[in-house]
Amino acid sequence: MSNLMKVPTMAEMTANGEVPEILFWVGCSGSFDDRAKKITKAIVKILNKCEVKFAVLGAEESCTGDPAKRAGNEFVFQMQAMQNIEVLDAYEIKKIVTGCPHCFNTMKNEYPELGGNYEVIHHTQLIQSLIEEGKLKVEGGDTFKGKKITFHDPCYLGRGNNVYEAPREMLRKLDAELVEMKNCKAKGLCCGAGGAQMFKEAEKGDKEVNVLRTEEAMEVKPNIIATGCPFCNTMMTDGVKNKDQEGNIQVIDVAELIASAADL
Amino acid sequence: MISIIIFAVLLLVGFGFFAMNANKIRANILMGRDVDRSDNKGERLKVMTLIALGQKKMFKRPIPAILHLCLYVAFVITQIELIEIIADGLSGEHRLFRSSLGGFYTFMISFIEVLSVLAFVATFLFLARRNLLKIPRFNMKEMKGWPKVDGNLILVMELILITFIFMMNGADEVLYAQGLSHAENLGDQSLGFAISQYVGPALFGGMSESSLIMVERIGWWGHILMVFTFLNYLPFSKHFHIILAFPNTYFSNLNPQGKATNMEAVMKEVKLMMDPDADPYAMPEEGEGEAEVQRFGAKDVEDLSWKNLLDAYTCTECGRCTSNCPANRTGKLLSPRKIMMDTRDRLEEKGAGLRKNGKDYDDGKSLLNDYITEEELWACTSCNACVEACPVNIDPLSIITDMRRYLVMEESKVPTELAGMISNIENNGAPWQFSPEDRLNWRDEE
Repeated sequence: MSNLMKVPTMAEMTANGEVPEILFWVGCSGSFDDRAKKITKAIVKILNKCEVKFAVLGAEESCTGDPAKRAGNEFVFQMQAMQNIEVLDAYEIKKIVTGCPHCFNTMKNEYPELGGNYEVIHHTQLIQSLIEEGKLKVEGGDTFKGKKITFHDPCYLGRGNNVYEAPREMLRKLDAELVEMKNCKAKGLCCGAGGAQMFKEAEKGDKEVNVLRTEEAMEVKPNIIATGCPFCNTMMTDGVKNKDQEGNIQVIDVAELIASAADL
Repeated sequence: MISIIIFAVLLLVGFGFFAMNANKIRANILMGRDVDRSDNKGERLKVMTLIALGQKKMFKRPIPAILHLCLYVAFVITQIELIEIIADGLSGEHRLFRSSLGGFYTFMISFIEVLSVLAFVATFLFLARRNLLKIPRFNMKEMKGWPKVDGNLILVMELILITFIFMMNGADEVLYAQGLSHAENLGDQSLGFAISQYVGPALFGGMSESSLIMVERIGWWGHILMVFTFLNYLPFSKHFHIILAFPNTYFSNLNPQGKATNMEAVMKEVKLMMDPDADPYAMPEEGEGEAEVQRFGAKDVEDLSWKNLLDAYTCTECGRCTSNCPANRTGKLLSPRKIMMDTRDRLEEKGAGLRKNGKDYDDGKSLLNDYITEEELWACTSCNACVEACPVNIDPLSIITDMRRYLVMEESKVPTELAGMISNIENNGAPWQFSPEDRLNWRDEE
C-alpha cells in the first residue's frame, strides 16, 4: 500500500520547478512514533486520493518548539521557531496543514510575532473541507455500522483554538453513532500530555490523567475513542490498556477512520 | 438636624475609607509589568457586557447560576433605593421620591422587594450549600480558615441587609395604614409595597406607635450602616469581584487561549545569536542597557503583568477552575484557585511592606517558594480548562507559565526528564533522540 503513496519533499518539488498548494507539517510524533506514523500515512492517503498537491519538509523539518515553550524554555523555543521560519520562508510557504494540534497552535498563534505568517490548519479542517467540496466521498460502508464513537477533544485544537465542529462533522459522515462524553468540547478533559507532561513523569497524585479520561470515555461505552492529536492517541491508548479494555475499545485518529471508510 | 449631620459624616467616612483602600489595591495592581490591553475597545465592551453584566459563563452550571443571578439582580436594583436613602438622610425627609414618582415609585420598591425575597432565599441556600452540603470545591485545603469565614460573612451580611429592608418597609406600612407614617399621605390606605404590605402587618401589626417608629428607624439606619460596612469590607474580601469583574472582563485576553505570550526580551537575544553579521562584543547602542534589566519570567508578584494582578483581586474563590483542572482532579498539588489566592495574598503582603518601609524594601520572601511550590507549577498540563471555566475570565495559566520560565531560564531548575527533552530538541530538532535524517523514514516503511 505504501508504495502507492506519493510523498514529495519541498526540495524535490522545488528542484522540479513545482509549487505545492499546501505544506504537510508532519511533526515529531507523526515522523518518529510508530503509532503516529500510521496517522501520518492516513493523512497522506487522503491527500493523494483527493489529488491535493502537497509536499513535506522531510529532514528539513524540525520541532516547532512547543514543548520547550510550555516547559518554560523560551530561548530554545524561539531558536527552533526562527530556524523553522527561515526554512518555510525560503520555500515561500503560504499554507500549512498538520496532524498535530500542538504544532498547529504554535505555528498559527506563536510564529507570527517571530515573523512567520502562514495560514495554518489542522488536518481535521482540511479533510472536512475536502468532504464538503465533494472531493472525498465517505461511503461509510459497513465498516462502522452499529459502532459507537466518542471524540476526545485535543486541548490545543478545542479550547486552545475553538475548533470543535470539524472533527465531529467528519465523524457524522461515518455510518456510526457519535456519542459525547460528559466533559466534551470546551469542557473536555485533557489527556494529560500537554504542557510538556508527555515527556516527564506526572507529579505525585492519586491517579494518572489519561486513566481518568479513559474512565470518562468508558461511561458512554464506545467501541472507538476518536482522537485528533498523536499525543492524545498515545495517552488514551495507554489509558485503555490500563483499564484492560483493549478488546473492547480502539483508539483511532479521525484521519484513519475517514481513510478506512473511504477504502483507502 | 443632628441625624442629618451624623448621616453626612457617615457618608463621608464610608466613601472616604473605601476610596482609600480601593486606591491601595489600585497601586498594588500597578506594581505589575505593563501589558497592552488598550486595543479593540468595541470587542472588549462586548466581552464585558456578555461575561460580567450578562453572566454568560456562570450558566455552565445552571442551578448556582440562577441563585447567583437572584442575588446579583437584587443587588444592582437595590442601589436605586439606596439613592433615596441617601437623599432622605441628607434632607431629613422621608420617602422623598414617593410623591413625585407616584405609581412608578410603588412599582420600583415592590420590584426591589420581590427581588430581595428571591435574594434572601438564594443567600440561605448558598449558606446551606457552603456549610451543609459537602461540595468538594468549597472544602479544599486553600479554603480552610479565613476564606471560609469570608464566604460565610458575606452571605450573613446579605441576610442582615435584606432583613433591615423589610423591617423598614414593613413597619412603615403599618404606620402608614394608621396614618402615622412620616411618608406623605397620598390619600390611600397603604404604601402598596408588594411584600411588606402583607409582611408588615403580620409581623408588627400589634405594636405601639413608638415601637413601630423604632423598628422602622432601626431598619433604616441598620440598612445604611450595613451598606457602608459591606462597601468597606469589599477591599479586604474575595467579594470585591462584584466591582472588579467589570474591568477584569473588559481587559480580557482576546487572543486564542492556546497562544502563550511572546517574550520580547528573549527575541532580541535570539535574533542576535542567529544573525551571522552580529558582533557579540559590540558596544550597546545609545540608550540601550540603561533600562532596568528585567528577570526572565516571574519569581514574585511584580514580575507578573498588571492583568495577572487584577485577576488575583477579582477572584472570588468559586473554585470552578480547580474543579476542572486535570492535575487537581487526579490528586496533584496544583490548584489554579490557590495560584490566584497566593498571588493576591503575596501582593497584599508585598504592597503593605513597600508602603510601610519604602520602595526598596525587600522582605526576603517571594511568590515562588514561599507561596507557590515547584511541584504545583510542574503539574500543569497547560490545557486551559481553568481559563475556560472562570466566570470572569481569570487566567491562572499565564502565571504558571511565567513562573516556569523563571525556574528554567533564571535558575535552571527543570525536571530531569524535561531537561533531556529540551537538549534533544537543541541537538536533533525533536523531543526524542532521533536523527533529523530519519524524519522521512515512515514514507518507505510498511
